[in-house]
Amino acid sequence: MPNEQLDYQLAHLEAEIVLLGGLVETAIFKSVRALKNRDLDMSREVIAEDDRIDELETKIQNDCVEQIRRQAPLAVDLRRIVGMMFIANELERMGDYAEGISKVSINMGHEAPLKELEDIPKMADLAVSMMKRSIEAMTIDDRAESGRIAIEIENDDDEVDRLYEKVQKDIFALVEDDRERAVRGTYLMWAAHNIERVADRATNIAERAIFMSTGVIVGGNAEAQAAVSGEPSTVS
Amino acid sequence: MPESIITFDDQDLVLEAEETSVFYGSTLAVEEVSLQIPRNAIVSLIGPSGCGKSTVLRCFNRMNDLIPGARVTGSIKYQGVNVYDEDVDPTDIRFRIGMVFQRPNPFPKSIYDNVAFGPRVNGLTDDLDRVVEESLRRAALWDEVKDRLDDSGLGISGGQQQRLCIARALAVDPDVVLMDEPASALDPISTQAIEDLIRDLSSEVTIIIVTHNMHQATRISDYSAVMMVGEDRVGHLIEYGTNEQVFGNPVDPRTEAYVTGRIG
Repeated sequence: MPNEQLDYQLAHLEAEIVLLGGLVETAIFKSVRALKNRDLDMSREVIAEDDRIDELETKIQNDCVEQIRRQAPLAVDLRRIVGMMFIANELERMGDYAEGISKVSINMGHEAPLKELEDIPKMADLAVSMMKRSIEAMTIDDRAESGRIAIEIENDDDEVDRLYEKVQKDIFALVEDDRERAVRGTYLMWAAHNIERVADRATNIAERAIFMSTGVIVGGNAEAQAAVSGEPSTVS
Repeated sequence: MPESIITFDDQDLVLEAEETSVFYGSTLAVEEVSLQIPRNAIVSLIGPSGCGKSTVLRCFNRMNDLIPGARVTGSIKYQGVNVYDEDVDPTDIRFRIGMVFQRPNPFPKSIYDNVAFGPRVNGLTDDLDRVVEESLRRAALWDEVKDRLDDSGLGISGGQQQRLCIARALAVDPDVVLMDEPASALDPISTQAIEDLIRDLSSEVTIIIVTHNMHQATRISDYSAVMMVGEDRVGHLIEYGTNEQVFGNPVDPRTEAYVTGRIG
């Protein structure tokens, strides 16, 4: 006997999460493109459009609460709803990072960036790809595949961190040579930091996807591996 | 034992069903249930209607003896002794293992006499007032009835009657109290009172409770046992574990289907 009403609502919530992910993806790409091309109008657009992200996140949270109230779900249903509340919040925060990058861009005014942007867009590409795959891990009903995606995302997060360190070193070097560049350097540092946080939150979503399918809250690669294989984790 | 069934150290057990089967006439109702009940725990028995949870509950104090044609195989050990051994007096067992039913069933006697009934049967005459007061206090009913102990037990509200039945069970100082859906006929406020009472009592007695309300099981019990009727139309124990396991992340897919409302 399927629980048709709840199954329908869970599918609907999942679709809303995918939609929210799409809005966040657009916001991040636009914010970085605007930063690179010095397109202040586009930066302002991203800030204005963040309201839509906030509204959809609030709607998802309310819908989740409503389903908990109506259905009092247990086991996998409870984990899915609680997981989606968490993921909606993570996505909303990612939207704030896109807004943050846009504010940096506006603060820079029409001044050229300290250096040609190469690594920051690379970081953004990778972080957005991580975010999309983390949502995929949430939607597929296959704990082994979710686990494989989660581990891949954890590895990509290391690559984002490596790029972030490189950006920092490059900026430090440029500022060291000429202290007048400190303000412009700081702008770029903020932008890179925001993207690094996006990637971190994508790993949070992937970990929550594993919780939704296995009931185990993991932190890091080895634990993810253990959770999806059903073996007890040796990582403390 | 399968991974889905929790076990405990022998010294912690108060009751243990070992491969217990119950027949009604020639019909097998429940097959080979093995279930360990640790001392001072609250254990819920849950499952769809007709899965045999009340049948299993009644095995623990031989209440099935009172059903014509009922036959129990395997063993039920209370403090290590099989309660179905020939030299065991079922009345003694029912003093040690009390029972509270779905519908409150006070005797048509005064509140006082309802509670004093068991101790009197046991030959207690001197200290009855103290035992009655203490039992009513333990059942969280004393303050509501202390001024009308001579009134009929049938003249109080349904929720109070159920607490009176609990006080009556407690008056003989049992080790275990079996409860068969004790709150299903009560309103939410009375249900809350019974649930609070069950939690309070668990420091003194072991409680096994049959409930249809899964959220009640998650609120009040320490462990939950899930029964299910198979294609053979016979009740089986399919999972027994902490509530975190049974209602959070069940081992057996049938448990998951049941607790998420997809079967039953």
